[in-house]
Amino acid sequence: MEFSELIRTGQAQAELLRGPEAPPLRGTLCVTGHHLLLSPGPQATPDLWLLLLRSVDSIEKRVAGDSGTITLRCKDLRVLQLDIEGVEATLNIARSIEGLRLGDAWHFHPPERYYKRVARETNAWRLSEANEDFSLCPSYPRAVIVPRAVDDDALARSARFRQGGRFPVLSYHHAPSRTVLLRSSQPLTGPQKRRCAEDEALLRAVLAGSRPGARGFIVDTRSAQTAKQARMTGGGTEAKAAYLGWKRLHRPLERGRPLQESFVHLVEACGDLEQSMDHWLSRLAGCRWLAHVKEALSTACLAAQGMEREGACILVHGAEGTDSTLLVTSLAQLILDPSSRTMAGFQELVEREWIQAGHPFQLRCAHSAFSHAHPKHEAPTFLLFLDCVWQLGRQFPLSLEFGEGMLLALFDHAYASPFGTFLCNSEQERCLCEVRTRTHSLWSGLNQLKEQRKLRNPLYVPNPLALWPSVEPQSLRLWQGLFLRWTRPPEPSEAAWEKVWQIVTDQEKTEGSQPTVSASEPQL
Amino acid sequence: MEHIRTPKVENVRLVDRISSKKAALGTLYLTATHVIFVENAPDTRKETWILHSQISTIEKQATTATGCPLLIRCKNFQLLQLIIPQERDCHDVYLSLVRLARPVKYEELYCFSFNPKLDKEEREQGWMLIDLGEEYRRMGLPNNYWQLSDVNRDYRVCDSYPTDLYVPRSATAHIIVGSSKFRSRRRFPALSYYYRENHASICRSSQPLSGFSARCLEDEQMLQAIRKANPGSDFIYVVDTRPKLNAMANRAAGKGYENEDNYSNIKFQFIGIENIHVMRNSLQKMLEVCELKSPSMSDFLWGLENSGWLRHIKAILDAGIFIAKAVSEEGASVLVHCSDGWDRTAQVCSVASLLLDPHYRTLKGFMVLIEKDWISFGHKFNHRYGNLDGDPKEISPVIDQFIECVWQLMEQFPCAFEFNERFLIHIQHHIYSCQFGNFLCNSQKERQELKIQERTHSSWAHLWKNRADYLNPLFRADHSQTRGALRLPTAPCSFTHKFWSGMYNRFEKGLQPRQSVTDYLMAVKEESQQLEEELAALGERLEKIQKVQLNRTEVKSNKQCEPSKHSGFSTSDNSTANTPQDYSGNVKSFPSRSPSQGDEDSALILTQDNLKSSDPDLSANSDQESGVEDLSCRSPSGGERAPSEDSGKDRDSDEAVFLTA
Repeated sequence: MEFSELIRTGQAQAELLRGPEAPPLRGTLCVTGHHLLLSPGPQATPDLWLLLLRSVDSIEKRVAGDSGTITLRCKDLRVLQLDIEGVEATLNIARSIEGLRLGDAWHFHPPERYYKRVARETNAWRLSEANEDFSLCPSYPRAVIVPRAVDDDALARSARFRQGGRFPVLSYHHAPSRTVLLRSSQPLTGPQKRRCAEDEALLRAVLAGSRPGARGFIVDTRSAQTAKQARMTGGGTEAKAAYLGWKRLHRPLERGRPLQESFVHLVEACGDLEQSMDHWLSRLAGCRWLAHVKEALSTACLAAQGMEREGACILVHGAEGTDSTLLVTSLAQLILDPSSRTMAGFQELVEREWIQAGHPFQLRCAHSAFSHAHPKHEAPTFLLFLDCVWQLGRQFPLSLEFGEGMLLALFDHAYASPFGTFLCNSEQERCLCEVRTRTHSLWSGLNQLKEQRKLRNPLYVPNPLALWPSVEPQSLRLWQGLFLRWTRPPEPSEAAWEKVWQIVTDQEKTEGSQPTVSASEPQL
Repeated sequence: MEHIRTPKVENVRLVDRISSKKAALGTLYLTATHVIFVENAPDTRKETWILHSQISTIEKQATTATGCPLLIRCKNFQLLQLIIPQERDCHDVYLSLVRLARPVKYEELYCFSFNPKLDKEEREQGWMLIDLGEEYRRMGLPNNYWQLSDVNRDYRVCDSYPTDLYVPRSATAHIIVGSSKFRSRRRFPALSYYYRENHASICRSSQPLSGFSARCLEDEQMLQAIRKANPGSDFIYVVDTRPKLNAMANRAAGKGYENEDNYSNIKFQFIGIENIHVMRNSLQKMLEVCELKSPSMSDFLWGLENSGWLRHIKAILDAGIFIAKAVSEEGASVLVHCSDGWDRTAQVCSVASLLLDPHYRTLKGFMVLIEKDWISFGHKFNHRYGNLDGDPKEISPVIDQFIECVWQLMEQFPCAFEFNERFLIHIQHHIYSCQFGNFLCNSQKERQELKIQERTHSSWAHLWKNRADYLNPLFRADHSQTRGALRLPTAPCSFTHKFWSGMYNRFEKGLQPRQSVTDYLMAVKEESQQLEEELAALGERLEKIQKVQLNRTEVKSNKQCEPSKHSGFSTSDNSTANTPQDYSGNVKSFPSRSPSQGDEDSALILTQDNLKSSDPDLSANSDQESGVEDLSCRSPSGGERAPSEDSGKDRDSDEAVFLTA
């Protein structure tokens, strides 16, 4: 995490009151990554006043007229009062302190953070806080990235035209081709084939803000028939005539109960140790899990190919836009974006494209494969994503900075975790439950040094190219590390892992020791 | 040469089956040993070389508007589709290849013309690299229980056995000869592997000619002798690797299996590995599955299952595991046979030895193992792998299955083998290539008559020379799991057996992992080694400098010492001064570190250079560049269709399709 991103206003003029006995201190207030600084003006004492942000126990803000007051109650029982000039400065400083004092990776703010990157690449997009109070879309985060040309009112209209209010938002900007990946839910065209001018304008604005002459493709993760049937229940799909420049592709992906059943059958099959070779493969085929992996990867590749090779913008949605949609958008990014393949980048991807994007983890991961309870909302979409990532890692063993251990950890934590990261179904629920203040973040847990050997891929070499995996059946394998984790002896693969680490660290050691000897050369 | 009707055909197209890339236009050449396709593209002039001996089948397909397609299937699983413009040329090429791929005399084979430019001495040394006498000594033989027998001198008893055989000391020549008369093709029980830790052994033979009631006293004594050679156990296992039904059917022909009542203290066991005909068909079916055009996951898995291939692989592995456990855990000796004792028996004995003895999991040891259980014991390479034109019903992928068993074990025990997958693939290649003499003929006797060692080269020497390419960086000789017998799970489960796309789809690079962990780790290892050497050199140099400085101070008092010391210093200084330059050069060309490395489709071609060094492929180059799959051509609804508009008439009709520009 970079603290600097949590600092909304770096400086303000302020007066510090430290209790009835101490004289007030006037000067410039500064927020840094770990401290609050007050640098007194030239006339006063030259000493700098310093407060460690971690020591702030609670913070209270008040505004009146054109100034504001922040009261800080510290863990050492001190009470400090800051009178700050300017309302906005007060609010920003209060928020910055709030964010920083926890010193936890909670305050990732992925949409904001990701927007900074997008803003460096193009100015066609803006960060909208139209959903600040979750009124447009309860499953979206407070801030989303939308075309600059579209105002918040139009967003609100588009939201009403989309199931669950999930209007098209930016998922990924592919700078080299100047194209974008968007996601949404299905449009509520219904049997009357309703239209929404703002929604259409939004997608027009997307093409206008992209590469000149860019086309658009809507990847619908349902079959054409299912999409059409959805009209009967108020849903549907974008009519060709209404969205100029956009074409639709249907790539049906399994979701919901069939996917859960596929998972249950696979786990059952893998637990059946008496299984004879005669029927194992047909049973594996019957589970259809690998077929789902193949379909998910091909669809993601198709979306990525559309952007990188065809220079087209891609909008992905299914029905609700919280499952297979996210599967496709997150995998497409992994294929195209080298920075999402790093340790930090992958965590950010999961945070942004799954957690913040409103994948209902609580519902989907309530039960795993052994539950006898009748599944209602359970579906291993996230596991399918992890499996696809594993397949990518198997085909490009040097290109992901994280290893199988990371994927296993994410699987474990998504289903049961002492951390709060995967709690709830949306950002709104997490806010209501105060997940951020009452639990710890998985990311800080994972980023502890002692975990690194398990999670990292020692073979990682940054690869600036897109990773185009083979999706032929010969190239896809059962993820034994997960599905046979408890049935096959772990020692051989552990021994191999140790050896890999040893080879790589040996080299680092030798490399590291070289300069000391070379340094002695000048003695000549 | 007289069989080549047309030595050169122009404007031939080579179709790339997997990617949608356009077929490459080029010229096809037929030489005495190879089919060569040279692309016209001026910048690459990519060459594809196919040895005649690798050609399995040639199929002429129906003529189309573009020309006459010719499909060449190779024994190393390469598949070549050529389109020849003129029907007449195609027919000529077809007829020439049909003849060239089916030589009738050994002298026509490539190894008799292959000349790697080694002198006589080097060639002879190459043949001496693998020494079975040495191998038996390594096992601890001869000893109190086992001795080298000369009973088969001049192949007097059994012409498909080697001359040097180990038998129990108590087995007299009379017993051996008597027993041999009671065994198919006189292949009497002889030692395959001796486990020195507990004196248990693996012996091999062919089936007994027991019919429904026949007995042979000498044969019974022979088994008795094997049991006595192992004081630690009061019984021996007799493992018949055939399905019981097959063995019973043989009884009607006067053959069959041992009757437990007639032999004292034997435990008889059927294992149920299918015969060569079943295996040949199974491979055929599996390759058909591999050739499917964009199959679905279930097409592939069902097809794979129906081929039965992995089931057969598992049966062989299970047999090996059974024997290895009998030897190492029960301390019992095992006699293994099938019908003639040269196919399934060879598979099972060698798998068991590999599981028991870490030596066979080293590079050299693995060569020894093949030499011992396959070459010397008369596995019929010529018949099984169709080197010479012969009965197609004799052909069967017997050793291919053994090689795959080894790969399956390597996948399960990544640190247990000194060699890597490439080693197995290259061995498979050379079994069929006929480029070296090792795998020729059906027996040692035939090879001797043909004077193979004087007229051809040894593939072992060739593989050994390039051993750096075949090392497994993860090999841990010292690790508790890899020392001694491999510790297999008590219940071997089916899930761990995988389809080996690295072998059966090896020429379809798009299906393989795009980056090689093995190559990367080897490069890293090599680099650290270089750095270490450099470090040592620098250290030495430092010492010398210090000495010189010391000397220089000494020189002030003692001038006589100076010249000699100084010259000594300057030479060593020159030699070390070069190292850093070499090193930085190496860093630049560090193979797998720079992702910008070209996407060389190297394994598809046998370039001239490569051919000289006679590598079956160049897969040593790691392919860092991520390949682009043309997804539109394999996604279910296809990419060829024109984009259609949203009309709602047809459920697929409003689906857009990417047009490839």
